[in-house]
Parts: sequence; structure tokens; C-alpha cells
Amino acid sequence: MTITRKTATVALTLTLSFFATGCKKKTGAPTPPSKPAVERPPDPKPVARPIVKFFTAEPTTIEKGQASSLKWEVAGADTVSIDQGIGTVGSNSATIAGNRSVFPSATTTYTLTARNAGGSVTDSVTVNVTNPPPPTVTPTPAPKATFSEVIAREIQDVYFDFDKSDVREDARNTLTQNADKLKTIFRDYPNGSLTIEGHADERGSAEYNLGLGDRRAIAAKEFLVQLGVPGDRLRTLSYGKERPQCTDNNEGCWQKNRRAHFTGQ
Amino acid sequence: MKLLLASIACSLTLAAQQRPDIIGQIVGTQKATIAIPDLRGAGRASEQMNILNATLWRDIEDAAIFKMAPKSMYALRIPQQPQDFRKPLQYDPNNRNAAPWLQDWSDPPVNADFLAFGYAAEQEGKLVLFGWLFNVRQPDITSAQVIGKLYTATLDEAGARKVAHEFATDILRQFGVESLAGSKVYFVSNRSGTKEIWSMDYDGAGQKQVTSYKSITTMPSISPDGTRLAFTSWTPNGPQILVHSLETMRRIPFYNPRAGTNQNASYTPDGKMMAFSSSASGFSQIYLANADGSNLRRVTQTRAVEVEPKVNPKTGGEVVFVSGRGGSPQVYKMNIEGADVQRLTTGEGQATNPSWNPQGTHIAFAWTRGYDPGNFNIFVMDVATGNYVQLTSGAGRNENPSWAPDGKHIVFASDRGGRMQIWSMLADGSQLRQLTSSGINEKPVWSK
Repeated sequence: MTITRKTATVALTLTLSFFATGCKKKTGAPTPPSKPAVERPPDPKPVARPIVKFFTAEPTTIEKGQASSLKWEVAGADTVSIDQGIGTVGSNSATIAGNRSVFPSATTTYTLTARNAGGSVTDSVTVNVTNPPPPTVTPTPAPKATFSEVIAREIQDVYFDFDKSDVREDARNTLTQNADKLKTIFRDYPNGSLTIEGHADERGSAEYNLGLGDRRAIAAKEFLVQLGVPGDRLRTLSYGKERPQCTDNNEGCWQKNRRAHFTGQ
Repeated sequence: MKLLLASIACSLTLAAQQRPDIIGQIVGTQKATIAIPDLRGAGRASEQMNILNATLWRDIEDAAIFKMAPKSMYALRIPQQPQDFRKPLQYDPNNRNAAPWLQDWSDPPVNADFLAFGYAAEQEGKLVLFGWLFNVRQPDITSAQVIGKLYTATLDEAGARKVAHEFATDILRQFGVESLAGSKVYFVSNRSGTKEIWSMDYDGAGQKQVTSYKSITTMPSISPDGTRLAFTSWTPNGPQILVHSLETMRRIPFYNPRAGTNQNASYTPDGKMMAFSSSASGFSQIYLANADGSNLRRVTQTRAVEVEPKVNPKTGGEVVFVSGRGGSPQVYKMNIEGADVQRLTTGEGQATNPSWNPQGTHIAFAWTRGYDPGNFNIFVMDVATGNYVQLTSGAGRNENPSWAPDGKHIVFASDRGGRMQIWSMLADGSQLRQLTSSGINEKPVWSK
């Protein structure tokens, strides 16, 4: 309805004073409703030359196997691309903003190129890569703790890339440590069994993420089994994106949610 | 009735609107014009007229087969029943003392082809609507009348909605169109504290909780005859497919394959079989089984995540689904045996949530093409040609489109207003309406 309820009510009240005598009788002419509001056409978009508002890496120094997040915002570009195999990251939008996790194995300089009909603009950042310290020594679990407490304390989450279920290098290290600990823990707790939960970040569809979470949990399980952890004590459970650890709209949070998480029963 | 509509379209000289062909195929480009002046009510019926008139207007407008003549153009002399018309010796639009006549509506500025009119009254405690539909291009009253009918309901808001829906349904039937009134939208809401399946009328009225598992219950799917609801719920065995009868509202058997994840049920047109996604092989893959889960067959054979099979509701022989076999998730098509696999989307971005129109010719789906990951928009594709159009843009994340039984409307979820809510629109992106507002609401499916 294009008229407001109030207008309709007023019109109705006016006309019904004639009308109330009998519905089948002819009645006076009702007041026509007011004209609908006319929508204003949108203002034309201004033409802009590409401007790189920012292009950063956080952190700029990482340990080998860790992630650094590239972030950018570019105005007025037709296309924005980043070298080092990343490729085009946005096109044909007034503002092209985004971010991407990178896992360089050595110090790497990333160059962003923004283009439009007027030309191209570039900007660069360097991510310095250092070698990780030796793995920390595992403390022996306190004998009084329950199985699920030990798992919660000792077994670390492993993380995945966007839309991927491959076990990446940092996850291999974590899973190798987890496997060593699990063999001991399973010996100490012969009735305990482990659930590997697969999770995904919020960006993909819930349906695809449920399948992806399943894959991540299974990939973690297969890796542990290869290292000698008994498979019959490992169960996988996908939550997709239904149980996120955090709900912020940034790569730091998304990375926390792209994980396999371990719980003991 | 189709002949009637075609002849109307031919006799009119309506300027064809400039729309992409694909949308023209779906929503039509040539339309007859209908005028619906506000009906008036006598006695206690008068209190219900706002809701009655709004419901009638919306049902007719939503059907998208008419151009709605704007009310501001209407004649001052509005008929309430056929006897109000008096054929003048010489028609004079400026004679304010003349009785109503058909040309008041067929001539400029109204330029209508059809006029719906009538009135409502209270009769023995009931609400009674007298409704007429006239073809105002006819020379006299007798030949002009298309519908003249009485509708009765309780004298309250629900009754006003009911008689308006029934009158609208009768009008639309004259043009070979089934009204959306009476169709239901099933969706997921967390307003009870956990995600459960809910239902509502197509216009957002009557929202009701359907399941109560107090777990995570999502991804509803309705059998073609509207009697069964399949969905995915987290059980002690993980996310599994459960089925309810919508007649008894009780759970009926479905045997899930032994797998960490079983999800995305889609019935065949005869309701006897179901396609779904199962990770029994270690990867989510497409399976086909009887409607109770027996006679299981694996349909796809890849080492990739494959979900959301949707069986063509017309042919039953084709399935669209989402696969990561080429890298990022894209929409693919295959026959129901798993052969003739073809990628439908271009490979750009992530494409997901395919949904067939009832005619089995087009799919609506969500795609991030041209945007960052997660920024989905609704697209429609002609499956035979692969041509597609984008329906939403610049308004949040838009996903899970589902076609109305009329094949012209789409219900979808969008967070354009902040939180994810259910919206409906005409398949050309117009007639946008928000249907929910309480809690977070997602994954709508439009059922008969």
C-alpha cells in the first residue's frame, strides 16, 4: 500500500458516515488517497583515479610457519592485484578492501598493483621470516586430572587456510606434538576417546563449510593415525561454521575459526 | 485461461520494459492493468478494512502478472456493486453527477483493463465480503463481469486476511496463476535460544516453531507434496538428516548412512527418493536413496567436498550441486546417475545454494563473483544456456534463495539490515519485503 494507515483511516471515517446506513446502498464518493512518494534517482558515481589508501602486513615479522595478514584498501581502481602468486584480489568496485593470510617460508616482499584507465599505482610491504624456537618440552599430565581435562590442557588446536583442508606446515608440527602426547595420554587413560571437531570461518556457505569442517577433522585424524595414534579412539565431528570461537569480521578471527579442535570423553 | 491472458497481452499496446531476457522469461514483460480501489466496510466490518485492503492489494501485486493502477488516479465515483453502474447516453468523464461507468476505469488516467471492487459487511456475526472482478474494456455490465462472489470468515483480523486471500486467489486463477496466499515458508530461527525450524505464511504472518530439538537444527527441505519436512540436526552421532511428517508433526524414519555428516536432503519430484550429501567416504559426496534412506547409492566419486544436491523438480533426471572439485566451490549439473557432469558457474569466487525454479528451467543461487569471500549475492541462471543475471548488489550478504510455487518470486536470507533475516522479492529484484525481524533467521525454503 502506498498510502499510510492514518490516511486510510481518515478516508474511511469520512466515507463511513455515509456508508453506515446500509452496505448495499449507493454512497458518497470517498476521498482519493494521497499520491505515492516519488523516489529520487541515485546520484551519478564520481570518477576516481586509483588511490592506495593502505597496504600493510601484520605482523611484519613472523616465525617460519606462522601467518601474516596482508590488508589493503584501494579506491577507484578497476583491478587490484598482488604478486607472489596471489593474483587479482578485487575489481570494479568503488573501494576494494580486503585481506589475505600469507605463509612465506622466507622473507618476502609483496607488491600491490592498482590499475584503472588512468594508469597504475603500486605499493609494497615486506614480511620478515625468522626460524621458530625449538618445541617446548611436554609436561607430564597430573595423574588426578580427568581425561577431558588432560586433553583440554595438552592437545593444541590446528589451523587451516581459507577453503582448504590440507594440513599446512605449522599444523604438521602441532599434530606431531599432539600425536606424541596422545600416545602417552591414551596409555594413561585406557577408556578415554577423543573427538576431533572440524570448524570453518563464517565466509563460506553453511552447507559447504559443514563438508569442509568434516574434511578438516578427518585430515587431522588421518595425520594422527599415520603417526601411530590408534584410530579406533578418534572420532570426527563437523560443526561447520555453527560454533565459531569468535564472531569478528576480520582475518584474525576467521583464522581462529578455521580449526580442528580436540575434546576428550 | 492462458488464451485469455495472451489475448489481453496482444490487445494492449504496453511499452515493453527493457529487461534482460532471462528476467523477462521469468516475470513476463507485458502486463494487463488492474485497478483495486479500497473496499469499504459496513458496521463492525469497517474495523477490518485496512487489513483486508492491504492483503488484497499485496496478493495481487505480488503475483506480478498485473500492472497496478495507482490509487491516486482513480475515479471519484467508486462502485461497490454492479448495480451502481449506469450506462450513460453519452459518456462525459467531467459530469460529477453521473453514476459510475466502466469508462471511468478504462479511460485515462486510470487506463485499467480490470477493476476489482466490492464491499464488506457484518452478517450474523460473520465477516462477509462481496467481491467482483470486471473487465472494464467490455461494452456493458453483463459481459464485463468476470467474478461475482461471496466470501465469509470470522469477524476479526484473521478473517479479513482470509477473505482477502480467497478473493485474490479467485482473481489470479482467472489468469492461470496460483496465488501465493496459502503457501508457506520454512526457515531456521534462533529466537527460541537454539536454531530450530520455523514456518510462516508467505507474507510473514503466522510465524510458528516447528521443531524443538534444542541442538542445532537447520537446512530445511520440503517434499514436493508438502507433507514431509527433512532437515539436518546435530544428534549424538553428529549432523544427521531427520524427517518429520507435516501432517502428524511427528518424526518419521530415515536411515542415515554411517557418516560424520549427512545433510542437504532434496526429494525427487515423485517424493519417493532423496538426494543428499554424506561424508561416508571421507569426503562429503552426493548420494541417492529411497525417501526412508534405504537402497543407498553413491552418485559422485571425487576427493572433494560436494554438497547441496537439488533434484530438478520437473524432470527428476537432473541434479545441480555444489562441488569443490575444481578448487573453490562452484555450482555443477549432472544427471541423477552421476554422469554428464558440467560446471555451470564460471569458476570465479564461491558459488553455492542452488535452487531450481518449479519449471525446472532456471536456478537461483548465491555467488561471490566480483566480491570478497563471503559477500554473496543472489543470481539467476538459465540452465540450458548458462546465461545469468545478478539480482542483489551492494546490500550485505545474500544467500539461500528459494523459488515460490509461482516461479516468479524468490525468498532468501540477507543481513542487509544488520542481522540475517528472511526477505522475499520478485525474480527481477523488485518487490523486496522483509518477512522476519525476531532473532537471527536464515535458510528459507518456499513450499506450496
